[in-house]
Amino acid sequence: MRWRRIQAIVVKESLQIVRDSRSLMIVLLIPLFQMFMLGYGVSLDVQHIPLCAYDREGSQESQALLHRFSASPYFALQGLMGSYGEVEHNLDAGQCRLAIVIPSGFSKGLADAGKGTVQALLDATDSNTANLAANYARAVVTNYSADVQMEFVQKRGGTVQTLTPVEVQARVWFNEDLVSRNFIVPGIVALVMAIVGAQLTSLTIAREWERGTMELLISTPVEPTELMIGKLFPYFLVGMVDACICLGLAVFWFNVPFRGTLPALFFTTGLFLTVVLCIGYYVSVAIRSQVGASQVALLLTMLPTTLLSGFTFPIDQMPMAVQAVTYVVSARYYVTIIKALFLKGAPWGELVLPILCLTLYALIMVFFASRAFRKTLD
Amino acid sequence: MEAPVAAAIQVSGLEKRFGAVVAVAGLSFAVAPGEIFGLVGPDGAGKTTTMRMLASVMRPDVGSIVIDGIDVLASPEQAKQHISYMPQRFGLYDDLTVEENIRFYADLFEVPRTVWQSRAAAMLDAADMTPFRKRLAGQLSGGMKQKLGLTCSLVHTPRVLLLDEPTTGVDPLSRREFWQILYSLRSEGVAMLISTAYLDEAERCDRVAMLHDGAMMYCDTPAKLKEQMPGVMLEVVTDDPRRAHDVVLGLSGVRGALLVGNGIHVHVDRRDCCAQIAVALQAEGIAATDIDAVEPTIEDLFVALLEQKKTGASK
Ligand SMILES: Nc1ncnc2c1ncn2[C@@H]1O[C@H](COP(=O)(O)OP(=O)(O)O)[C@@H](O)[C@H]1O
Ligand SMILES: [Mg+2]
Repeated sequence: MRWRRIQAIVVKESLQIVRDSRSLMIVLLIPLFQMFMLGYGVSLDVQHIPLCAYDREGSQESQALLHRFSASPYFALQGLMGSYGEVEHNLDAGQCRLAIVIPSGFSKGLADAGKGTVQALLDATDSNTANLAANYARAVVTNYSADVQMEFVQKRGGTVQTLTPVEVQARVWFNEDLVSRNFIVPGIVALVMAIVGAQLTSLTIAREWERGTMELLISTPVEPTELMIGKLFPYFLVGMVDACICLGLAVFWFNVPFRGTLPALFFTTGLFLTVVLCIGYYVSVAIRSQVGASQVALLLTMLPTTLLSGFTFPIDQMPMAVQAVTYVVSARYYVTIIKALFLKGAPWGELVLPILCLTLYALIMVFFASRAFRKTLD
Repeated sequence: MEAPVAAAIQVSGLEKRFGAVVAVAGLSFAVAPGEIFGLVGPDGAGKTTTMRMLASVMRPDVGSIVIDGIDVLASPEQAKQHISYMPQRFGLYDDLTVEENIRFYADLFEVPRTVWQSRAAAMLDAADMTPFRKRLAGQLSGGMKQKLGLTCSLVHTPRVLLLDEPTTGVDPLSRREFWQILYSLRSEGVAMLISTAYLDEAERCDRVAMLHDGAMMYCDTPAKLKEQMPGVMLEVVTDDPRRAHDVVLGLSGVRGALLVGNGIHVHVDRRDCCAQIAVALQAEGIAATDIDAVEPTIEDLFVALLEQKKTGASK
């Protein structure tokens, strides 16, 4: 392996990238466009969940609780039901996704033990929304009962008034604002990077075949490994710029709080980018036409990242066989890491396993990509 | 006449098939250092496939290639250090400038900077291309593209040069300059294998191999080959070469006829067939402004030899 030949290919490839200003613009605009489209378009952002209520008690307390629900931005109260049958019918018909049933002993339980119980019925066809709805509902109820307890304590005697009121607040861990967008945007970053990264390199070898420059290139002493490194390096830089665009939008436009460290973020992003660049390169070597290579690369990155990375569908809710498959989806590790970095601010220690897996994945991909190219017209 | 001490290119029993098509069928030849060896033949004769196997961008099914003492099939990458190959299709980068293209190939062959820079400067100068150093290769004329291709091929001072139809679609002036460069390389001892569609160009080679259906029909100096052609070549200048061609083919003493730029070339047994042809054309109302004996071109020769082979085989 000769440094000078790698350098020659890096220079040549970079010149070609810079000269093709139209493609360069597209490559930089696509992540912007996709981030907006997916960031706003994915209906996972749960607000105004249609809600039905069946108030079996009809007390002041139950009314107050229902009022909390209708005041919450996450729920839209569709109407009050008169029977379980009606509740069921509404859920089945899709009129509401969540039904709250307040039992007749609600206010009594609240007064006696400080524990009011309500029943929540969920339409769980979309498990993601269902999960979030259940969490929101729990939060609303918990907040309410906390307020009631507070009042209760204050009413009892003046002696406790000097105490700082105990604040009971439901926390949905790692996403305490219950903003599902926070949850989804890091995953979108991974998706966009997977798509764009593989697209970048999917054209690079196929283009040489189509333009007729490959025959001369393979008649030189250049080695396949040199060709791979030289070709991937400039695209790695472009990909990192794309990554910065995506991550920047996530933090500054979508206001997703970032709690991790930048070195961890860039290191793991670089690893993931390496993987997807290698996938694109591999496809480009295998398919000698630009259109074909770009489509195959799109399929190979978009589908697994969307379906099997845990970005839209939680992995632990998948059938066992499918769960097993997710281990070979590189995005699985990156989505885990990036979500943790954004939402938990996970320290290095907690991320060791997924980072090791991703590193191993990247090394294997680089190894195969470096040997993929055959210097022959046959 | 040649008897090379150590051949720069030694090919024996080379064979390549694509499915049912036999592209190259048992080819053997040797090229000495400083020799320009021409590969001539119609489209599909197997010239490009032969070049590709020599450049080790394609593997032969059978046969051996030794270039500068290196077994090409055993160590293709080592052989590539000494070979330069100019494919039939322009292989440089349209979106890089003349200089950038040269630098790219110099770097790939790891030529020291001072060496390739002075070499490239001299070659660009010789090719009248110095003013175009900063121009994108895609914006060059056909002739300049080929001269650039040659310059790129030569930055690493190869021992063997493989040129696949390098002057197709190139203007006459650039062609002349191109050949000037080849002649100067000959004196440097570079072995050259050149295929060409311009058959008059084959006459500039030291030796010519005629390929037909992947096999070698003849291989000799252009002059020797010409001697082998019995009879005389007449050139008939006419406005209606197609009809004239059909008319003369029916006459006795005519061995063959070939359409050329301004009329037809007629291969006849004897010089005095002239009169007979003139009469026949007049009878058909075809105006022939001039009928005269000419030096046969390699193309005439090729057609004649092919004809000879066919009649020989049918007898
Ligand atoms: N890559 C290929 N696949 C299939 N057939 C080919 C290929 N390359 C050449 N051939 C066939 O081999 C024969 C020789 O082609 P080629 O070497 O290109 O001839 P030439 O350069 O003399 O025109 C032709 O019949 C051609 O169709
Ligand atoms: Mg050819």
